[in-house]
Amino acid sequence: MYDNAVRHTNSAGGAHGAPRSGSGPSGVVAEGLGKRFDDLWALRGLDLDVPAGSVLGLLGHNGAGKTTAIRILTTLSAPTEGRAHVAGLDVVRDAGRVRRRIGVAAQQATVDDLLTARSNLEMVGRLHDVPKAEARRQAGELLERLDLAEVGDKLVKQFSGGMRRRLDLAAALVGNPSVLFLDEPTTGLDPRSRGDLWDLLRALVREGTTLILTTQYLEEADRLADDIVVLDHGRTIAHGTPRELKAQVGDDRVDVTVAHVGAIAPAEEALAPFADRAPSVDRDLLQLSVPVRAGVSLMDLMRALDAAGVDATDLGRRQATLDDVFLTLTDPNAGPSATPEEVPA
Amino acid sequence: MTATTIPSPAAPSVEPDLVHDEPHEASGLVKWWRDTLVFAFRQVQHIRQIPEKLLDVTLQPLMFVLLFAYVFGGAIAVNGGNYREFLIAGILVQTVAFGMTGPATAIATDLTEGVIDRFRSLPTARSAYLSGHVLAEFGGMVLAIAILCVTGLIVGWRVHEGFLPVVAAFALLLLFAAAMIWVGTWLGLMVRSPDAVMGIAFTVIFPLTFLSSAFVPIDSLPTALQYVANWNPITLIVSAVRELFGNAGAPMADPSWAVQHAVPAAFGMCVVILALAVPASLRRFKARTAD
Repeated sequence: MYDNAVRHTNSAGGAHGAPRSGSGPSGVVAEGLGKRFDDLWALRGLDLDVPAGSVLGLLGHNGAGKTTAIRILTTLSAPTEGRAHVAGLDVVRDAGRVRRRIGVAAQQATVDDLLTARSNLEMVGRLHDVPKAEARRQAGELLERLDLAEVGDKLVKQFSGGMRRRLDLAAALVGNPSVLFLDEPTTGLDPRSRGDLWDLLRALVREGTTLILTTQYLEEADRLADDIVVLDHGRTIAHGTPRELKAQVGDDRVDVTVAHVGAIAPAEEALAPFADRAPSVDRDLLQLSVPVRAGVSLMDLMRALDAAGVDATDLGRRQATLDDVFLTLTDPNAGPSATPEEVPA
Repeated sequence: MTATTIPSPAAPSVEPDLVHDEPHEASGLVKWWRDTLVFAFRQVQHIRQIPEKLLDVTLQPLMFVLLFAYVFGGAIAVNGGNYREFLIAGILVQTVAFGMTGPATAIATDLTEGVIDRFRSLPTARSAYLSGHVLAEFGGMVLAIAILCVTGLIVGWRVHEGFLPVVAAFALLLLFAAAMIWVGTWLGLMVRSPDAVMGIAFTVIFPLTFLSSAFVPIDSLPTALQYVANWNPITLIVSAVRELFGNAGAPMADPSWAVQHAVPAAFGMCVVILALAVPASLRRFKARTAD
């Protein structure tokens, strides 16, 4: 739906070809970044090294510190401690020049309700010092690219949530930023718009844009990010590629669905010898996700369940997903103390 | 952006980030003025989308002239003068005083919405956001003053002084407009919600204008209120404007020192208001947008 073929600005000569590699001037680097509000540390000890042209996913629940990190990196908030460089420039000392190189789409769409979509984009272009005619041309192209051309001359006030988000993203793309920050860009979008947005973001990254996005959707981070930082209560609890994170959390999962709630505990007990960690249990779905050791076959599990008298209605093996990573890293119940391996088998 | 309209094969491989930015980094003051115009234009566009916003500075003052000239005018006697001539300076000052609600509401609204974060993440000159609001509101005040004067001329108001005093009268009105716009800017940065602005403005400006010589001769008030009206800053401005236009003010039995020196005192007061409101607004703006 979005027109990936056309770059909205005139970087045709430059951004095509090989993405810039290594932590060059347009990447993002943070050292020990922290932010305290009164006596609460919203963010603490954040280290980042995002090479130019790559994608970092900041993953975490509400209040994990994702937005705080974005606000510091986009010069909207001053860090309490630590340092950060965006496109080679210090976000505190060189805030003005950082702003020339970044595009930001915040969680709440930051567009002017009382202007048309086109006027919003033209205004942002003018504030980027783009000459009037060029600002108008860019606005038109961005409206086209984000599938807003038909409503370009409508007041933003009349826009749906999804349209506002797309306009906000368009505003972030004005001025052809080399680093793009998106705070939960697909929250509130319908599945099709989300897919379209992912395509657009991939195209931007191919053209050399560095992308930092926060998300609560693990699928989103898995699909888009080269690197993932998992935040919890302001702390980094995991850091790596999607593949590394999955490896860190363990092997394949076997999802076992049992017939009734009473069968969950015996099933946990019966399956414990095959896993190093506790299974995650969904009592509503009557489902256990067991991180099984390598070499364990489904047949072994079925025999064990049968021996324990557990009636399993469904049994399936799959690779670990980021959901598993996240549950394992942030769920206190999934910690080692609760693992069934401590239960005599 | 002009620098990048022509694809340059060499530049991006050298230093892709620095190529397209530096050429249009204008010097501080130029950039500030350009951003101010962008923000002021934004306010003009708001009016184009929502024309009702313009009523404050167009129909409303006009309505006041007609109401006072034809409804109350007959009941209010002005010693040694014509009420309509007496009235215009009062309505001019009242309208300009209410000019504070414009920037206050607009800024308070912006602050409750996310759009201010968008501006802050852009390479805009510091304070251009505020000066843009001030410029747009100032334009509105000029329009309101013009409409009032034309309406005044139609209902029979005339100036009786020479060119220079009349120019000084308009200069004073514009200076007072600037002062009130900055007070409004400060108010907009202080309140928690735009709804609060109208309440605050009405409870302050209405008593101030009605307890002054704006609409009635002070001598017609009870003694205690005469004292208040005598030292009321609105009385001071109104007296100065009347003096400069040569409109007969109702003579006061016991004018305050300030009213006796109305013209210099009024100019001085506006300068003092500006000297307080501008830095207070800038400080408050910085604090409101710090995190």
